[in-house]
Amino acid sequence: MSILVDNSTKVVVQGITGREGSFHTGQMRLFGTNVVAGVTPGKGGGEHEGVPLFDSVAEAVARTGANASAIFVPPPFAADAILEAVAAGVPLVSCITEGIPILDMVRVARYMKGSDTRLIGPNCPGITTPGGKCKIGIMPNMLFSVGNVGLISRSGTLTYEVVDALTRAGLGQTTCIGIGGDPIIGTKHLDALQLFDKDSDTRVTVMIGEIGGSDEEMAAEFLQGSKMKAVGFISGRNAPPGKRMGHAGAIISGSTGTAAGKIAALEKAGVPVAGTLEEIIPLVKQELGA
Amino acid sequence: MKLYEYQAKQVFASYGLPVPRGKAAETEDEVEAIAREIGGRVVIKAQVHVGGRGKAGGVKLADSPAAAREIGRQMVGMSLKGFLVKQVLVEQALPIEKEYYLSFTLDRDSQHIIGICSAMGGVDIEEVAASHPDKIVRMPVDIAFGPLDFQIRDFVGSACLDATRSREIGTIIKKLYEVYVSTDASLVEINPLVVTADGQVIAADAKFDVDDNAMFRQKALAVYADASEEDELEAEAHRRGLTYVHLGGDIGMIGNGAGLCMNTLDIINQAGGKPANFLDIGGGARADVVRNALDMVLLDPAVRAILINIFGGITRGDEVARGILEATATLDVRVPIIVRMAGTEAEAGLKLLDGSKLIPSAAAPEGARKAVELARKAA
Repeated sequence: MSILVDNSTKVVVQGITGREGSFHTGQMRLFGTNVVAGVTPGKGGGEHEGVPLFDSVAEAVARTGANASAIFVPPPFAADAILEAVAAGVPLVSCITEGIPILDMVRVARYMKGSDTRLIGPNCPGITTPGGKCKIGIMPNMLFSVGNVGLISRSGTLTYEVVDALTRAGLGQTTCIGIGGDPIIGTKHLDALQLFDKDSDTRVTVMIGEIGGSDEEMAAEFLQGSKMKAVGFISGRNAPPGKRMGHAGAIISGSTGTAAGKIAALEKAGVPVAGTLEEIIPLVKQELGA
Repeated sequence: MKLYEYQAKQVFASYGLPVPRGKAAETEDEVEAIAREIGGRVVIKAQVHVGGRGKAGGVKLADSPAAAREIGRQMVGMSLKGFLVKQVLVEQALPIEKEYYLSFTLDRDSQHIIGICSAMGGVDIEEVAASHPDKIVRMPVDIAFGPLDFQIRDFVGSACLDATRSREIGTIIKKLYEVYVSTDASLVEINPLVVTADGQVIAADAKFDVDDNAMFRQKALAVYADASEEDELEAEAHRRGLTYVHLGGDIGMIGNGAGLCMNTLDIINQAGGKPANFLDIGGGARADVVRNALDMVLLDPAVRAILINIFGGITRGDEVARGILEATATLDVRVPIIVRMAGTEAEAGLKLLDGSKLIPSAAAPEGARKAVELARKAA
């Protein structure tokens, strides 16, 4: 089992003819992902590296039955690409693009109110289910192994670090989801935790948070009232307030969004929090054994 | 991007928001000339991106052009809470009767823009939030409609703002929201919004942050971009297109990915060191990018050692190592560089670094300890 994606997932890639879209479509297919269509407005009709091309997402869905989308569209046009996928009724949309204007995402969130589509990202590495051989996004193929650990992360590279460490320690994964480093994202820690909670194969979930916002605090509140096993990690303990630390969402505003506050909230909920990345593995083993 | 008060007021005024008459000055001559032009009592305000300017001596009144000149002489070039004052704003002093707080910002939790107002203006809003949470009123705005009239009436009423000025205040709220959405702001704040003795409502202060992601379509604000960087190293990094934050310590830091970089800063601190900077080179590590980044970190004279922390994902460790070797070969590197590499082909990468001046490290904590140790030796 897994969450959100598995071997029944059929992916349409928006922005497939661009440099990133093209490269990562190849990588996704190597992983085993069933990429059924590509969309680049104005280039419909042909093929791109063996994948049929369409002018619109609606057309791609009608012709191929695509049920998930990966977005590699440049920032000025990415919000529109998300909305196009939502309007076409794609159930799962994963937006990889970094640098989308925040107000565009406020409009996207407004448009998606009441919609059945789940958005992952933007500014995220996507989602991978090693057992179902489905990867949507840009996570490196070779890191994964099949097992019982779920992973949620706001950071791409820290996702890779932790997956790599898990695999080396013999701890495989159900699904790894990069939720994105922007202030407005479609799937928050809490949403992802609730999905893992319902997955019978996921025995422990690792949650990698960072400074900014209060998503980790909300997740902690949920974990306090649940039997779910989780291990936390928060990066940015030494970040100065008011400075954007790479991610648009990684900024301490006044007294909100500090690492100390997030760690305290998780610990209060009884969630073990790793002080370093290296400490995550023993904590996962401890939770698996407990 | 943060705008200075005088820049923010220029933009606010262009949207029809009432601001005091005034101009920015860089010399005492200019301060005196502007004070004379305005006439009467003026206020001289240091232009730095830091709160609590008044208490720190960055806001002063002058009753004559000569007095304004003297204040200008003292204020330009002074250090205010560690920030160099390069410019001051000279403007008419307002006969203040009431001071309110008004802002629009993003509420991440609800994913809405929210308006915030309070009858307790003129002080730090975080302090008001802590001491008088009931005095702060929030208005969630649906971006499809903007703030609605009934919402604004509620907003102003619940905050107990002057009912006789509700029409003027309502207009200001609408215009401030228009500034927010038209300029891709992430914060527009008026603190205080002043009601004067003669009944005018004026933005006596202005704070204005713009979403960096939207600069590609905010061409009119680009003129403020260069002038808005407080820190010279950060200004240089901005020109080089690098994601860099100056932190003031002596361990230079370069990594790939924002989360990994933030974590590397934590590791340096855990090893007893103080990071000089945050620098994220993003995915992969091409030689030209590494070179640009290393060159940037070396511009900081405080740097005594550099820790490069790379996780090879799609990009293989050996390719990254080649990039780093190529970059260092063409640079005059005056400090030790420790390279921690993990992930795909990391071992091959670390092997390539053997025999070079670079110091390989298999784990980040170990690399950080080495960097701290070498920086101490150099001190």
